[in-house]
Amino acid sequence: MTMQTPAIPKFDAALPETPWRLLARRFARRRAGMIAAGFLLLLTVLALSAPLIAPQNPYDLGQVWIMENEKPPLATSSDGAHTYLLGTDGAGRDMASAILYGLRISLGIGVVSALAALAVGVVVGLAAAYAGGRIDALLMRIVDVQLSLPTILVALVLLAVLGQGVDKTLMALVLVQWATFARNVRGAALVERNKDYVEAAMGQGLPAWRIMLRHVLPNCVAPLIVTTTNQMANAITLEATMSFLGIGLPQTEPSLGLLISNGFDYVLSHQYWISVFPGVALVLLVVSISVVGDQLRVVLNPKLDA
Amino acid sequence: MFDMLAKRALQSVLVLFIMSVLAFVGINLVGDPIYLLVPPDAPQAEIARAAQQLGLDLPVWQQYGRFLGNALHGDLGNSFIFNRPALHLIFERMPATLELAVMALLLSAAIGIPFGMWSGMHPGSLVQRLSSGFSILGVSVPVFWLGLILIMLFSVSLGWLPSGGRGPTRSLFGVEVSFLGWDGIKFMLLPALTLALHNIALIMRITEASTREVAGQEYVRFARAKGVGPLRLIARHIAPNVMIPVVTVLGLEFAHLIAFSLVTETIFAWPGMGKLIIDSLLQLDRPVVVAYLMVVLLLFVLINFVVDVLYLILDPRLRARSA
Amino acid sequence: MALLEVSALVTEFHTAAGVVRALDRVSFSLERGKVLAIVGESGSGKSVTAFSLMNLLDHPGRIASGEIVFRGEDLRSATESRWRALRGDRMAMVFQDPMMSLNPVMRIGDQLAETVAIHHRNSRNEVNGQVEEALRKVGIAAPRERMRAYPHELSGGMRQRVAIANAIINRPDLIIADEPTTALDVTIQAQILYEMKQLVQTSGTALIWITHDIGVVKDLADEVCVMYAGRVIEQGLVADVLASPRHPYTRGLIDSLPNAGAAGARGRRLYSIPGSTPPLLALPPGCTFAPRCSRAAPLCATVPPAAIEGERAFRCFYPLEVA
Repeated sequence: MTMQTPAIPKFDAALPETPWRLLARRFARRRAGMIAAGFLLLLTVLALSAPLIAPQNPYDLGQVWIMENEKPPLATSSDGAHTYLLGTDGAGRDMASAILYGLRISLGIGVVSALAALAVGVVVGLAAAYAGGRIDALLMRIVDVQLSLPTILVALVLLAVLGQGVDKTLMALVLVQWATFARNVRGAALVERNKDYVEAAMGQGLPAWRIMLRHVLPNCVAPLIVTTTNQMANAITLEATMSFLGIGLPQTEPSLGLLISNGFDYVLSHQYWISVFPGVALVLLVVSISVVGDQLRVVLNPKLDA
Repeated sequence: MFDMLAKRALQSVLVLFIMSVLAFVGINLVGDPIYLLVPPDAPQAEIARAAQQLGLDLPVWQQYGRFLGNALHGDLGNSFIFNRPALHLIFERMPATLELAVMALLLSAAIGIPFGMWSGMHPGSLVQRLSSGFSILGVSVPVFWLGLILIMLFSVSLGWLPSGGRGPTRSLFGVEVSFLGWDGIKFMLLPALTLALHNIALIMRITEASTREVAGQEYVRFARAKGVGPLRLIARHIAPNVMIPVVTVLGLEFAHLIAFSLVTETIFAWPGMGKLIIDSLLQLDRPVVVAYLMVVLLLFVLINFVVDVLYLILDPRLRARSA
Repeated sequence: MALLEVSALVTEFHTAAGVVRALDRVSFSLERGKVLAIVGESGSGKSVTAFSLMNLLDHPGRIASGEIVFRGEDLRSATESRWRALRGDRMAMVFQDPMMSLNPVMRIGDQLAETVAIHHRNSRNEVNGQVEEALRKVGIAAPRERMRAYPHELSGGMRQRVAIANAIINRPDLIIADEPTTALDVTIQAQILYEMKQLVQTSGTALIWITHDIGVVKDLADEVCVMYAGRVIEQGLVADVLASPRHPYTRGLIDSLPNAGAAGARGRRLYSIPGSTPPLLALPPGCTFAPRCSRAAPLCATVPPAAIEGERAFRCFYPLEVA
């Protein structure tokens, strides 16, 4: 009778399957998400490298000539030296450059304000979830009231009170957004708080902030990722709207919203490129962030995967 | 049921009160309003006199008392720019904003609900996937850019619709409205559509989600098991249950529409409250800003209240719970 | 001629993970006025049988092959409108959970009236009369007032009575009851069971009673079908099957019943069949019960054909001895 050697399990040299890797893999399978992520990456790179790759710095008056104004896309400059890919605006600025710089500002403001609001919201949400009882009720009341008001009104009021300027716009954006984060974090934290591992940590005598930050928070990250992407898209749109209305960023920091606003009057005289191209850039930015956020939402919640 | 409504009414009053305090503080105490009337280099006597007139020399809580007292009499101060009562200015412009918001609401319901219901009942269909894509675009595209594109397309290129302003108005119960004739509606279409887009996308999404949930419920199968045909199934079993969350969202969104009309009115030069407020903000005409905020807040509270009542009417289960 | 003849019914679900055969060549027949019990664990296919008989399968389920002949009519070739005419009128269904199966926003009187109205052109008064009569028959006191109630205002037992009233109101030839008492308290269960039996006896309606509890079968049914993993593994007259089951699974089910009256039963461990039902996507080849059967032999790797002995049928190569 021959002895059968037991089969030795093959040593799998592949990387261990952490939740992040699993997430990345699931996301990679979603076509819409990958395309949007690709666009987003492209736009981010363009925005970050604007000073390096833009044909001209449109805000350096030395590089701008009024005689070049209102040239349509693909027109060549008067001295024949370069082509204006996307035309020029009313003051002679190259649209392509203006858009790149504008992208930088729009994306920057959107990301910074969302992250700052995230920080504030996380602190408030965790505090509310941990404290419970009346503190929680009070904080959530404030959150509810703020969330029932349209963001644009809140931003309006804040800007009326604070005045204009980059820092004030940022502050207004953060104050508008923190409530959503606070509510989401508090919801997720409450669910976690009632789980056994929190009780175990409390039993070990760990201080509250440590429990919340190092134990509860990491488990709330998943829905937070989705919320953050959505809020970034909202922040960018809101800032653009405010700038368009003239109550957002000052003229010295022209975001895409301001560019669109500047070009508005030219639309009626068929010089659409001054407004439309910045608009397209803005839409691409917001849509790609939204789609990535939406796909992340589906990937993070397997039940939604159709 | 009525004590629940009474509680809500009381809450609303409380919210209004808090808001009035915040508005007062924010607008009248931050910065120095006196310098809006009097140039900074004016002689002291003039500054003192102006301050006394405005009551700025009184203690804060007295100022608030005056503010509140006046407010309840309908006097929210005069506009610095127009030198007319701020509230009057607001009320003059309100019909224009309201008719735009109502038209946008109707458009959202008329487009969003049918598409949403179809998508919910036929998941995976072409209509559903298109609607899904549309709704993502709808919430992402900034309102003002959409307005721009619509103007470019329908006014500049095609010349079908006017690019701005409000059309000729007719009097309806003493209020000037422009929706009573095509010549007036012509001017309303583009702004209303622009305003409604975000809402259409939202309603589509909510209706689809609600329909999908309702269509999978046992009582739908139960109805089919007793022989109910597709039309009746939709009309009497699916739709009433779908509409419960949808109607509440529509109601709440109406408030948002009124707020967002700011942007639309700016783009289309529509003479409503929104345009007024932007101008006032830029020109630091604080009484008008305060008046606007109070009026809008009042509208909100009213709308929320109406939505609560509607919800009670639509869902009999709630009536029992609050009884 | 039997009221209902089901032959070799095969129902499949085409899911992303594969084709699930929920019913594998199920056959049984039912005479007028008789009660057939279909017994099985969850996942055995009993509910799918009910929905297949009414053609109410949810997507992606569909009847793949087999015959359903009802009152001499071949139902598989019937059009959807023919099905709708039959459902609720000639064949009716009682669902498992009455809270989920009644429309929450419609009064129960209206729901019952609807069942009549879609099949008969009766006057409003006649319909109301029928509704009252049906409610009275199922033991609901003060039917005229109760008609105006909403489902959430009634207790679980009463809701199920309403569901039963809905089933009997058009005096159908066949009622299919899918675990109608599972969601109710034990005391109510007994009541409903008794009342259904009375109703059926007085009206001559045939009844298919689907349950996982073989204990209720004794008092209620004339014939029984035992299902396992989508196949009928034993069927016959209730008295015969319970007294001397031929299939080991049936024996196991009977043995699992707590029998407090038996000698020495107290203090003894309750019997349960070892193992669990196989997932329908990964059925074992041959006899699906083989992995859990103490009598399994190599032959059981092929599907046992239905052995028919008079009124009895069972699928087993090594059936139990006749007691």
